[in-house]
Amino acid sequence: MKKDYDAIVVGGGHNGLTAAAYLAKAGRKVLVLEKRYLVGGAAVSEEIYPGFKYSVCSYVVSLLRPEIIQELELPKHGLHLLPMDYSFTPMDNGDYLATYPDEATTHEEIRRHSRRDADVYHEFSNMLYALAYAVKPILNYIPPDPANPGLAGLQILSEFGKHLQSMGKDKFHWLTKILTMSAYDFLAEWFESDIMISSIGTNGIIGTMLGIKSPGTAYVLLHHYVGELDGALTAWASQKGGTGEVSNAIASAAKSFGVEIRVNTPVSQVIVKKGRAIGVALENGDDIYANTVISGADPDITFRKLIDEKELPTEIVEAIDNFKYRGSSGKVNLSLDGLPEFTAMKDKSLLQGMILIAPSTDFMEQAYDDAKYDDFSKRPYLEIVIPTTVDPTMAPPGKHVMSIFVQYASYNMPKYGNRDQQREAFGKAVLDTLSDYAPNFRDLILHTQIRTPWDIEDEIGLKQGNIFGGELTLDQLFFFRPGLGISNYRTPIKNYYQCGSGTHPGGGVTGGPGRLAAMRILKDGN
Amino acid sequence: MKETPFHPRTSELLDSYDWNEWSGWLAANSYELDHSHEYLAIRTSCGVFDTSPLYKYIIHGPDALKLMNRVVTQDVSKYGVGKSMYTPWCDDNGKIIDDGIVARVDEQFFRMTAAEPTLFWLEDNATNLNVTIEDITEAYGIMAMQGPYSRDILNRLTKTDAQGLNYFGLMDIKIAGIPITLSRTGYTGDLGYELWVKADKAVALWDAVFEAGEDYRIRPFGDYALDIARIEAGLLLIDADFHSSKKVMYEHEKTTPLELGLGWTVKLKKDYFVGQKALIEDKKNGLKWKTIGLEIDLKSLEAIYAKYNMPLYLPYQSWTEAVPVYSHGKQIGKATSGTWSPMLKKYIAIARIKPKYASIGNQVEMEVTINAERHNARAKVVKTPFFNPSRKTN
Ligand SMILES: Cc1cc2nc3c(=O)[nH]c(=O)nc-3n(C[C@H](O)[C@H](O)[C@H](O)COP(=O)(O)OP(=O)(O)OC[C@H]3O[C@@H](n4cnc5c(N)ncnc54)[C@H](O)[C@@H]3O)c2cc1C
Repeated sequence: MKKDYDAIVVGGGHNGLTAAAYLAKAGRKVLVLEKRYLVGGAAVSEEIYPGFKYSVCSYVVSLLRPEIIQELELPKHGLHLLPMDYSFTPMDNGDYLATYPDEATTHEEIRRHSRRDADVYHEFSNMLYALAYAVKPILNYIPPDPANPGLAGLQILSEFGKHLQSMGKDKFHWLTKILTMSAYDFLAEWFESDIMISSIGTNGIIGTMLGIKSPGTAYVLLHHYVGELDGALTAWASQKGGTGEVSNAIASAAKSFGVEIRVNTPVSQVIVKKGRAIGVALENGDDIYANTVISGADPDITFRKLIDEKELPTEIVEAIDNFKYRGSSGKVNLSLDGLPEFTAMKDKSLLQGMILIAPSTDFMEQAYDDAKYDDFSKRPYLEIVIPTTVDPTMAPPGKHVMSIFVQYASYNMPKYGNRDQQREAFGKAVLDTLSDYAPNFRDLILHTQIRTPWDIEDEIGLKQGNIFGGELTLDQLFFFRPGLGISNYRTPIKNYYQCGSGTHPGGGVTGGPGRLAAMRILKDGN
Repeated sequence: MKETPFHPRTSELLDSYDWNEWSGWLAANSYELDHSHEYLAIRTSCGVFDTSPLYKYIIHGPDALKLMNRVVTQDVSKYGVGKSMYTPWCDDNGKIIDDGIVARVDEQFFRMTAAEPTLFWLEDNATNLNVTIEDITEAYGIMAMQGPYSRDILNRLTKTDAQGLNYFGLMDIKIAGIPITLSRTGYTGDLGYELWVKADKAVALWDAVFEAGEDYRIRPFGDYALDIARIEAGLLLIDADFHSSKKVMYEHEKTTPLELGLGWTVKLKKDYFVGQKALIEDKKNGLKWKTIGLEIDLKSLEAIYAKYNMPLYLPYQSWTEAVPVYSHGKQIGKATSGTWSPMLKKYIAIARIKPKYASIGNQVEMEVTINAERHNARAKVVKTPFFNPSRKTN
């Protein structure tokens, strides 16, 4: 059979690039095909406004697997992470809650709100740390099929069982709680002050169409705590030059192993012959052949767009169609003439961290209420970073870029007219909300970029703009991701694999799916 | 304790109150309670370090060159006016006393920095020479501007083009009307400069530099950040990686520049210098020790922590208490300083080991202690500098 490459990866997102790098490192001849003019997918930096670089979608890094940093030697290829380890949550009464890189200052700050919460905060952090440590091994397992685990699968399950036993009873108790509860209820067992719950609780709703009081959100919170930086769990960082430079570092590592990358090359179909993938057909009419085809796109593209329906068993088609995306997030990126002033902020160093517009749990729940009925939040939750406070490379001297992650934005907002009008209305709600806390920032705006869920879908292909390539709820994790029987990176089509964030261990700039998919492919002898 | 000429500004910025004592001066450990942002400024924007506590000397007169060449191991005659060099100096047995920078300000005029008081040693060696030696330690402040944007900031401050100043070059400039001697030197392994300023103008210089640097996120850094950067750069620290032969009491505490990997600074073929004979002899007989870089294997370290049900712990702050290095369970030397490198994402250490184990790529073990129990983590011999960006010299 004709074969131009050992493997073709469809989609140059960071997971596709990671899979390609590992395959090439193992000696395979690999081609990556990316439809856009640049690689990175949801992890890109783009200079939309001259001189200013936006991390257009993903803006902070923490979940990137340390194994990948080591094995692909990413620092050599440009990985350069700058911690964003302050947080600032202004309140509606003019006060605020802040956290600092050091424990002592954080403790003093929480004490202003509740002495009890300040005292328990350390224990709470230890507990989350322990839980994150407990679930960490899962991130490196290829999910076994529970119906048919095989020897290797059983071994993984028993290994993990042993690991869990070693964590002790009290932690196991917290683990079962975190897997099932709402972020609000889980946090309310620890903290009495509302601002602590709303501020920490924000981690529970990222990327899901759920409110902080919806069951299941405590797990999402944990997902955001398993990230680590230099061995310190839960630490977030900004990449020098924007998140796109993480993708570029992976691409550079991939090229150093011989991977060929073609941008501006959309794939229209995977060519299947007798139930086996043999290559891809490009939109420009060319066909390229390979032993293995890997999709780095989301499950919908992987199974429904790139593959003819008749090649798939009905139950798989059903599973994929039932997979929940429900995009809930948008993004506003700004070029600023100077630094904004937050009315409640006394210590300017707090600008170097995460700024959370989450002034109360009611505010958070009300933001969700709007979204339940196909609307955007009138006063949305905002997670803001100003990477230029630590990284002078992203804007001209003295100027700044601001990244605003917004929730909730729903995929459909029919009552505002056409999509341009919807985008406009959504953007206005974001800027209005922020103005309540930083009145001067509007005068500083030089350029505005607004991304809605459908913009994200149109541009990168993430269905309904779900930032994680499918919601991170328990029914869509591990061997359910993206569906029973297709969770081990294989597909019902021979030699056709998946490696996007719709597979285990899920969304975020982790590289985990890409790495594990490559392991699977190599183990299969492909 | 003494306050440096920059003290009015450094003390204002020192939110942590974390001072240490450096040669009798107050010196900052870290300005914030956490040093990570200070470290990253060195590698991302521009960090400023107060180097004023270094001992500073000027040496001038007809025999100035003769004296310098007699004291230090570098061949000073090879360096013209406007050039400076890093150099160690030794006792008669070739054992290292100290290291520092010697700058040739004029044909017969040198400037020298040292970590330890050196006036006595210079005068001792100047017997019968026509040369004047002055200790100017208190008269000047030294500010180190280190990081990829240090040059851009300087270009904002002076009409003289700092762009053209080569690595280890030296020039006179004016900043805000203040006369400055600028050298392209530093202790971070990054693009960087050191600015000498008369003590009474130090605060004015500080203010000018910080004003011009604000747009580039300039920030001061202390010893904790500096130590990580200098280990990454493979630069040795006195009282950590070696000890002054003048200060220690016992032979085993002494070492030579050759054993420290500083062979490139020891010009054995030049005219007489203190320690020359002993060093030639040493080289002939084969060195007892070699100084190398170690990269600690993270998987092996993680496995040790896992025995305690603990996640991998990384030395987020550098350490400088020596620990044993082994080969197959037998001690072959010691690691003298180490750190997690946030830039390289590696755990690195500087070590002095027996030469037969020192080839690049050789596998050894380094001792780690958890819960007061000893373990050996695998480590690999690697080249130094660990981190060496091209901007340092370009
Ligand atoms: C707005 C937003 C904010 C986020 N913020 C964060 C954050 O701060 N931190 C974090 O860790 N994560 C964040 N995420 C999540 C994270 O960015 C994603 O989970 C991750 O980048 C997905 O990577 P991927 O490689 O799996 O898929 P993608 O990045 O979606 O890559 C898929 C690639 O396939 C290409 N493609 C699709 N179809 C075709 C085709 N037919 N032919 C060729 N190419 C094709 C696409 O163009 C794309 O480049 C965010 C996501 C979004 C959208």
